[in-house]
Amino acid sequence: MMRRSGAPLALGLAALALAGCGGGNYSWGWYVVSPFDARGTTNLQFLLQGAGFTVAVALSAITISVLAGLLVALPALSANRFLRGANRLYVELFRSVPMLVMVLWVYYGMPVLLDVRVGVFAAGVIALALCDSAFEAEIFRAGIQSIDHGQHEAADALGLGYIDKMRYVILPQAIRRVLPPLGNQFVYMLKASSLLSVIGLTELTRRANELVVTEYRPLEIYTFLVLEYLVLILVASWLVRRLERRMAASDRLRAAKA
Amino acid sequence: MADAPVMVELDRVSKRFGSFEALKSVSLQVRLGERVIVCGPSGSGKSTLIRCINRLEPHDSGRVVVEGIELGPDMRKLASVRREVGMVFQQFNLFPHMTVLKNLTLAPMRVRGTTRAEAEALAMQFLTRVRIPEQAHKYPSQLSGGQQQRVAIARALCMRPRILLFDEPTSALDPEMISEVLDVMVELARDGMTMICVTHEMGFARQVADTMVFMDHGEIVERAPADRFFAAPKSDRAKLFLSQILSH
Repeated sequence: MMRRSGAPLALGLAALALAGCGGGNYSWGWYVVSPFDARGTTNLQFLLQGAGFTVAVALSAITISVLAGLLVALPALSANRFLRGANRLYVELFRSVPMLVMVLWVYYGMPVLLDVRVGVFAAGVIALALCDSAFEAEIFRAGIQSIDHGQHEAADALGLGYIDKMRYVILPQAIRRVLPPLGNQFVYMLKASSLLSVIGLTELTRRANELVVTEYRPLEIYTFLVLEYLVLILVASWLVRRLERRMAASDRLRAAKA
Repeated sequence: MADAPVMVELDRVSKRFGSFEALKSVSLQVRLGERVIVCGPSGSGKSTLIRCINRLEPHDSGRVVVEGIELGPDMRKLASVRREVGMVFQQFNLFPHMTVLKNLTLAPMRVRGTTRAEAEALAMQFLTRVRIPEQAHKYPSQLSGGQQQRVAIARALCMRPRILLFDEPTSALDPEMISEVLDVMVELARDGMTMICVTHEMGFARQVADTMVFMDHGEIVERAPADRFFAAPKSDRAKLFLSQILSH
């Protein structure tokens, strides 16, 4: 019940907050984002078109960072000191760079250093993925370390090689456990994509900024922006929950005594 | 048996964990078809001893030779030894996210390159042998402890090992489930499987053992044919241990 009431409750709170703002001297100009107003409709279309980039950036960045995070996590579990050291170096380095700084650095720095042209979309995805991969690596490390050592020993004793052991025995169990934090990171990526507005990617935040400049109605437009993110993220967490529930259901099936 | 080929040879093997000496220059030979039972008080190095045989514990010094292959850091040699040495653990260590059948077919398919059809046929054959073929499509958590351990034995057998190691296979079981696992092990012993088993089940040991090994403080205190060991252990420590374990 609690879970189901979450989305309407959040939207209701947002509406209440707005109603509360109704007092005072401010005269609202909701027409700028009203579907019943010709200008509002055009503005709405303009604003909503940013959702494509926002979602595309978040999905691309999380895909890359999950794969990179997994690759970075594995050496952390090695007996080899240098491999573990390489992992620590990567995690500490990329964890300590603020995302906005990374975005600027990749967009303005990479073309100079590596002599490659990067578009805003590519630069944004690379920057977010780099920053996030350090966190993904720690999530995977924790997940893999939480698997009972007996599972490794059983796989070793059966003669399975390292890759087979990870692929068939350890990772399927570890990924199940880290699904909630992975979902968290995805939500975080959706929000962090707003940073790409500073390098000119026309995602949700950039479009809101641009509209504010021409319409001069910041409160209404940014409020609408808040609602856009709220809806996006509620949908994302609903999808993650569903995935978790589906996995939990198959676990329950396994646990159920016949 | 005295002239059967040597399957496992430990030659002055030592192993320490920090400052704790788990094995102190231990030597042991196990021949084809021999059933060796290792007993001794807890912390005496029994588990470490058999875990050195498939290098779940790398030894610090001495030599571990399995079917003529000396174990060392060489991963390829280790892989070929592990293919031939099966192991059954105290905590079963079944893969909880796979059905019983998948638990049994994974290693034959990935390590031996067996086809799925062959691996499944083999799995059903061994599940029948441990008397639970009807559980093939269940998950480990749906089985009792005794059933899980029998699945673990079948999983080891599916690799068609030449040697089986048992590390206290009944210690984690409820008392009423111990005999169903021991019965399966007795049958294996009768079929001539080379076995090295760490256990406190002295009734079982009496029934199947050719050789008894008694360990204490990281050393093999006594190694004797089973009938002689039970009739008259030579060392005082073995006498004390037997009296303690048999008195209840």
